[in-house]
Amino acid sequence: MAVMVGKGAMTNSIEELAGADLLLVVGSNTTEAHPVISIRMKRAVRNGAKLIVIDPRKTELTKWATRHLQINIGTDIPLFNAFANVMIKEELYDREYVESRTEGFAELARHVETYTPEYAADICGIPAEEIITAAREYAAASGKAAICYTLGITEHSCGSHNVQSVANLGMLGGNFGKPNAGVNPLRGQNNVQGASDSGALPTDLPGYQKIERPGFREKFEKAWNAELPKRRGITKITAMDQMLRGGVRGVFIMGENTVISDPNTNHAQTALEAADFIVVQDIFLTDTAKLADIVLPAATFAESDGTFTNSERRVQRVRPAIDPIGESRTDVDIMLDLMKRFGIRQNLASASDVWDEMRMLSPLFEGITYKRLDAEGGIQWPCPTDDHPGTVYLHKDQMDSGMPGYFAPVDHIPPAEPTDAEYPLTLTTGRRRSTYHTGTQTGRASGFDLLVPSEFAEINPYDADQLELKDGQKVMVSSRRGSVEVPIKITDRSPHGTVFMSFAFPELTQTNRLTSDAYDFITETPEFKACAIRIDKITSASNAAD
Amino acid sequence: MTTQIERKLNVAINGIEVGCNTDSRVLDAIQTAGFDVPTLCFDERIGPQGTCRICLVDVEVDGQTEQVAACTAFVADDMKVDTHSESIASYRKTILELLLSETASPANCPKCISFKKCELHSTAEEYGAKWDAFPSLVTREKAQDDNPFIQRDYDYCISCFRCTNICNDWEQASAIAVEGRGQENSIASYFNDNLLESPCTFCGQCINTCPTGALTDRKVVGKTKSENLERTKTVCPFCGVGCGIHLLSEDGELKGTEPDFDSANRGSLCVKGQFASWEFVKSEERLKFPLIKKNGNFQRASWDEALDLVTSRFTEIRDEFGPDSLVFWSSARSVTEANYLMQKFARIGIGTNNIDNCSRT
Repeated sequence: MAVMVGKGAMTNSIEELAGADLLLVVGSNTTEAHPVISIRMKRAVRNGAKLIVIDPRKTELTKWATRHLQINIGTDIPLFNAFANVMIKEELYDREYVESRTEGFAELARHVETYTPEYAADICGIPAEEIITAAREYAAASGKAAICYTLGITEHSCGSHNVQSVANLGMLGGNFGKPNAGVNPLRGQNNVQGASDSGALPTDLPGYQKIERPGFREKFEKAWNAELPKRRGITKITAMDQMLRGGVRGVFIMGENTVISDPNTNHAQTALEAADFIVVQDIFLTDTAKLADIVLPAATFAESDGTFTNSERRVQRVRPAIDPIGESRTDVDIMLDLMKRFGIRQNLASASDVWDEMRMLSPLFEGITYKRLDAEGGIQWPCPTDDHPGTVYLHKDQMDSGMPGYFAPVDHIPPAEPTDAEYPLTLTTGRRRSTYHTGTQTGRASGFDLLVPSEFAEINPYDADQLELKDGQKVMVSSRRGSVEVPIKITDRSPHGTVFMSFAFPELTQTNRLTSDAYDFITETPEFKACAIRIDKITSASNAAD
Repeated sequence: MTTQIERKLNVAINGIEVGCNTDSRVLDAIQTAGFDVPTLCFDERIGPQGTCRICLVDVEVDGQTEQVAACTAFVADDMKVDTHSESIASYRKTILELLLSETASPANCPKCISFKKCELHSTAEEYGAKWDAFPSLVTREKAQDDNPFIQRDYDYCISCFRCTNICNDWEQASAIAVEGRGQENSIASYFNDNLLESPCTFCGQCINTCPTGALTDRKVVGKTKSENLERTKTVCPFCGVGCGIHLLSEDGELKGTEPDFDSANRGSLCVKGQFASWEFVKSEERLKFPLIKKNGNFQRASWDEALDLVTSRFTEIRDEFGPDSLVFWSSARSVTEANYLMQKFARIGIGTNNIDNCSRT
């Protein structure tokens, strides 16, 4: 989305969702993954808003939906292109907005001509009339329609094109730069926004200042009094391939259970095992830490000073409630110590000092100080000056990039690994409310075993019937990369042909042994949402073989 | 385009004049004027209920005086409000004593003992209301519910219905409802079963809105002393919503979590933030000292040994294979400042832009 309008972040704020006339939620199991955001969505519905949920699965949110488009997995682009087709053909798009704020409309119009509702209906597996009605509803709420999406859009090999097709709709509807509207990626992890804001990206210095664009590198060289490498770096996915080929020899991993959370566990593990030297800084001896040569004990959020930036660009203070346990130290302390050993001279002693250095180099958050955060609570960037109140929604008078919004004509790309006779089912992965990510933290909270005791594979009654499986029966789920044993739950939450699993119980069920390492060719986000699998009964013979 | 002129009403609160909108309630006007009246059934997120009557105030309009519940009554032009007249104070005291007669002894109130003085008992103290002024009406049956999260002790319930309203109208979970009428009413779960068998998502909102000790966090209650409890305002460590929380600690040890009503989430939390955000910090499995792997086994090391070894190995690899043979992956779970330092270290300490975070997974 950054390519089209300037920033890859929620354009609007969480609270604003409650005031939208229409919410279009796609690839987001909000009630499970972002429960507190789903409260705002439900409130909008109670206030009379329409809620269109686009999801191959039935979820709790689909019960609240005024319309559920249960499309086939990975067919978002043809659906949204067909939306665009209807909006343009019936002249329901915001013409004034499109003319004054965007470029590339003619190309888009030409491009989506072939994506008639009938054509898309075939690919998406839903009736054409549903697509037409939904597109009309979205258009009718022009200027007050908010799109929300999460990993169901990005975790596909065509993830960045999915996002672009969503942003096309946002512009056609005139929904960028208005309250209770916009296009809103709901971020998964507490500080995924802050990590990217800080410049922990191979292409960007702090505040999204491109390392390869003239001027920025020089500015940081001057501030840091050191020379900076000129060429962009490599992403995690590329780095893992490079480890296998000997190009990458050493890795420093801070607070991430790569082996469990990354796709194709076997691949991630083999890659890390090929590295000469691994440092892991974490709070537990995770499966990833076990592969390390050196493990550094880090403090948790409850023992740390600093900031997290949430999904709506809100910078908020994190404060220590207790001292770090044992000899563990905060991530900031450890990094400062290590930097000193590398002879880096800097006048930084605390998280507050570090924040000040970063904000003074980044106009995006220059006006946000700890003092203000303590007095005012969270502040949303952009916030360039001390007296700037922060920004509730982006692109107000013009696109944040300072340029027109560019329409991106994109085509349907099916998931990288289609089903076939040998692997006839599609596995899609996701979250459950009472577990978080790889379960290293929620797995240690008492009582949570009563909510979701262990992993189970959700399978449609029709598929279970075909395979002659009983509810709760333990089965072998296999993909081209590996197998896991797991009990099944028969439910029509999963559509015919689709199996759902999470990855929160790695001790027993390493779901990511199954997932594909196909990834989006622009963002390199892995395709967690679709891979081909088969399900086999566990016979006494296969048990004996174990 | 016509400009809509908003009609402002003049209201005097204890002699202080404030301008109010036509749809303002008396309670809004009182708060705008900088005064406070006690409330028990009121939660601004779900609007006025008018069940507890503790916010009664004297109002005078066109020479007529009456007593109204400030939370539900609308303002009128030239209304005069007296929030703390003698008769009102005496009314409130009586109402409190009637409410107290429906509850068990304040001496055993779970919220007062383990968290902080509950709203009912702190208001009672303020008005000098006595628990035994009226014969006790505590006849409620105990809820048999052994769920590990929410303790339900209806001996302290005053039927304010904040819990059912927050569950139904704010969370929209519809796990609990009012059963029975009048004196016979009680808070019931789905088919009066254990909450684990209900649509309850254990978001903890009922606990946090309850003005008495009827609903409490079972993980905390009985394990802390309210007078020693410290609260640290911070942010939930789980998803990207970034809900404000307070960590509860006692003598340097974490004890629990409460939502922060002043942050953007307005007190909302989910089951993870309410019930899973602190125990992992105290886990016995936490790494407590640096480890260095020798012959395939981890051995305890000092910080100097560990960081010296990191320094020498990174330097060797960089010198032999070049800076781009090293990669750095920072953490979307850690604070922004640590991420900033790691990218700065990669770029000027090592000389590579091979820095990435886990935003792709």
